[in-house]
Amino acid sequence: MASDSYADWSSQDAVVCRGVGKTWAAGTARAHEALRGIDLDVAPGEFVVLLGPSGCGKSTLLYLIAGLERQTAGRIWAFRDPVEGPSPDRSLIFQETSLFPWLTVWQNVSFGLSIRGAPEAERRAVAREALARVGLSEAMDKRPDELSGGMRQRVAVARALAMRPKVLLMDEPFAALDVQTRAKMQDFLLDVWRDSGASVLFVTHHIDEAVALADRVVVFTARPGRIKSIIPVTLPRPRDPFAPESEALRRLLTEELKGEVDRAFAEQEALAAG
Amino acid sequence: MRSDIAGVAAPPRPVPWLASLGLSPGLRQSLARCGWAVLSVGLFAGIWELLWAIGWADPKLLPPPHVFLGDIPDQARYFNTATRWQIGVNPADGPSPYEAVAITIGATGMRVLVGLLIAATLSIGIGVLIRYFGLLEKLVLPTITLLSPVSPIAWLPVAIFIFGIGNAPAIFMVVVALFFHMVLSTISQIDNVSRAFINVARTMGATKRQIYTRVIVPAILPQLLIVLRLNLFGAWMVVLVAESTGVGFGLGQVIMMARNTFNPSLVFFTIALIGLLGFLSDWLLRLVQKRVLYWVPETAGVLRGL
Repeated sequence: MASDSYADWSSQDAVVCRGVGKTWAAGTARAHEALRGIDLDVAPGEFVVLLGPSGCGKSTLLYLIAGLERQTAGRIWAFRDPVEGPSPDRSLIFQETSLFPWLTVWQNVSFGLSIRGAPEAERRAVAREALARVGLSEAMDKRPDELSGGMRQRVAVARALAMRPKVLLMDEPFAALDVQTRAKMQDFLLDVWRDSGASVLFVTHHIDEAVALADRVVVFTARPGRIKSIIPVTLPRPRDPFAPESEALRRLLTEELKGEVDRAFAEQEALAAG
Repeated sequence: MRSDIAGVAAPPRPVPWLASLGLSPGLRQSLARCGWAVLSVGLFAGIWELLWAIGWADPKLLPPPHVFLGDIPDQARYFNTATRWQIGVNPADGPSPYEAVAITIGATGMRVLVGLLIAATLSIGIGVLIRYFGLLEKLVLPTITLLSPVSPIAWLPVAIFIFGIGNAPAIFMVVVALFFHMVLSTISQIDNVSRAFINVARTMGATKRQIYTRVIVPAILPQLLIVLRLNLFGAWMVVLVAESTGVGFGLGQVIMMARNTFNPSLVFFTIALIGLLGFLSDWLLRLVQKRVLYWVPETAGVLRGL
């Protein structure tokens, strides 16, 4: 059973979830349970991939950890502090492009600093450094609509890094990109992650992405989302996607997911019918 | 460089003989556009002239363009309505005919512009405040929703009761005609702002006020400017109605006088003038839109490839 106070353990974990659940529209006729009984610890600097069928609530968990939504059961801590709202320590990167089109690239990257009222010289310096880390120094004064989809997501990563977050929360950030760009972005993300030392929680429904990135893969069940299994990945990086170990891991994850995808599919059909 | 085809306006097809003149592509495009506009108006006028030539269009009722545009100095005489209503003023006094035209156009255009500015500022401000303060929404929104379907014409007596005669009632009419729709439109734009934008600001620690000023307002501006442009023609219509019922002087007054004195030439001359002014003001507003909303891609012509 989930413990109610932090004193029950003494971890230094970046994120601790105990018995976390979320019911949308609770108390109404449209209420539905998205998450149930999530227990999850994420170590500092760890790369955790949340894998599950569409609509299983893994994105919801990310929003709860980000503090953008409140859980309806359980507790969440980040570095010993209970999560009670959004914090610059926990940056969320979205699936869709979320750059402000009316700002230039550097203004987007330093948006968080401008919220705090930092002077322009400092904002420019921070933006320059963050953009250098994602390899987009020359795009400082461009506007988002002048960039390709992959570049825009790199700017979004730079914007998150500019806040010097301890936890990077990524909600299918590369889902809208083509396969080749996505592979490049995965390599890029691993570099950034290694440099920054932040923990990463990465939501995806792509098994290949999990194989390429994760220290640990958390497999979710279909709705309501629960943790089905947590699979540690010890393959050395850079990983060869065609190595036998990668193949074995891919097969294992496929097996784990198979039943859940079938269930999610059946449930969606039932919803559509009824 | 924009890569998505849908975001880029399809340029009019290049005209071969223009291409040989060595003009820049931009200039060539606008020349081609102008050419088509002239051709379109010319076609309309040509049909009218043809109907006149074969005797179907009675020149006493539907004088063709060469008649009502033929004697501009004569038409301009009628625009000096500014002081007509004052007793003891010699109609020959006052500004010259051309000055009178300019004054009339200036007066009407000023009313449209001031009305638009007031309506835009008021409605965006109030729309944002309504979404910001829940109490204000409950107190104000039902009334605004109730009043928005009322035709601006119905407000005309109110305008005269409150403001009498002059600029104020005409401007009031423009504001009333636009205000309610634009408040509702502002609110619906706010509700449509991408959740991701707002969540980004929230994760960066923005306060509610910062979210409104730094994210929501810039995010809704493009759509609001489009709404403003759509309502521009409405503003021109309302101002004419306000002027024609004796609220003041201006183009509407001229049209009304032309009706009362049975002068179809003057009616069509004024209509032509109003059309030209409406077109020019739309073009101006589009320029403003391009300047202020530099980040919005032009979407005209998306369907042209079909």
